[in-house]
Amino acid sequence: MEELISLAVKAIFVENLALSFFLGMCTFIAVSKKISTAIGLGISVMVVQSITVPANNLILGYLLAPGALAWAGFPDVDLTFLGLISYIGVIAALVQILEMVLDKYFPPLYNALGVFLPLITVNCAILGGSLFMVERSYDFTESVTYGVSSGFGWALAITAMAGVREKLKYSDIPDGLQGLGITFITAGLMAMAFMSFSGVKL
Amino acid sequence: MAHKRREMLLDPLVDNNPITLQVLGICSALAVTSSLQVAFVMSLAVIFVTGFSSMFISLIRNQIPGSIRIIVQMVIIASLVILVDQILKAYAFEISKTLSVFVGLIITNCIVMGRAEAFAMKNPPLESFIDGVGNGMGYGLILMMVGVIRELFGSGSLFGTTIFETVNNGGWYVPNGLLLLPPSAFFIIGLIIWGFRAWKPAQVEEREYKIQTVEAH
Repeated sequence: MEELISLAVKAIFVENLALSFFLGMCTFIAVSKKISTAIGLGISVMVVQSITVPANNLILGYLLAPGALAWAGFPDVDLTFLGLISYIGVIAALVQILEMVLDKYFPPLYNALGVFLPLITVNCAILGGSLFMVERSYDFTESVTYGVSSGFGWALAITAMAGVREKLKYSDIPDGLQGLGITFITAGLMAMAFMSFSGVKL
Repeated sequence: MAHKRREMLLDPLVDNNPITLQVLGICSALAVTSSLQVAFVMSLAVIFVTGFSSMFISLIRNQIPGSIRIIVQMVIIASLVILVDQILKAYAFEISKTLSVFVGLIITNCIVMGRAEAFAMKNPPLESFIDGVGNGMGYGLILMMVGVIRELFGSGSLFGTTIFETVNNGGWYVPNGLLLLPPSAFFIIGLIIWGFRAWKPAQVEEREYKIQTVEAH
């Protein structure tokens, strides 16, 4: 249990997907102009992340890893080279299913998150989460924890960024830095602030 | 026609750069630039993938049904990335270790998808290939600029060969450790954007609020 908590804290603060691995930057920069949209996108990323990381963990464990197909009678088969294409396929399919389920059973939630869901398929944070899970060989419980907490970390970062940018638009910025330039520098300052968590250990 | 193709190749370098103007594909631009060698390999990989994915998608653009085009594009891109990943693992294992997940993340690099969707679906194969290579080069250019600054001032070397002898090795240069840390990449790209826009004022974004001076009574 302690290990899981420490993994979660690490994924949220120390190894924040957005601010220390730069994942999901395109959407992070493009959709952080208003706090309300940022929160919507953050929650969708968290939901999708907590489903796809464990799902890909199961796919890796029971289909792709060397010897994983032993239950089907092929103990010598190693399909790890198909990893990338299956993870992205799983992500695209799950996002599509999630969209349909939300539309059918939770229309208010669908109306709030609907626009962001297609964006999420090509969000590097989602695929990155699955790839980190593979690289660090998490087991199933660890990957559930990692999925939820890394998604939460990303949501936290984009919400904070949107808060800063809402205030920033009233300030007098040199012409060339207007918009994109100052956003990058703000993100850099936030990343430095998050680095102060790097000593935290539980 | 030849003139137009050259424009297509060179336009994304400065005038329509995917990173500084279109805000595409920044994810990996920041993460892999702490050493120049890695940045160089990453740029080559992206140029390869954007060029060929645009070409293949353009070749079959009339056969792809509109409703599933994203999936088709994704499969083509993913296959090319698997190819790059396997080649790197076979011939440049050390670099492939440093790049870790970022090779795989070329799949979700918005430049590749963006060019496939915006250009290759409407244009013939050769033009799409040139456009893909051009955009890959625009991305590579920024990557190399950031890589040069970070490696030269962060560890006093370029491509791993020493340029400034650092204090630890008995030289004179005190390396700036900040440049090896993630936040510095944000600052450098922010400043590069500022430079580009000071040079080409047409790229400056409109202000949302104008600041006016009001005379005091």
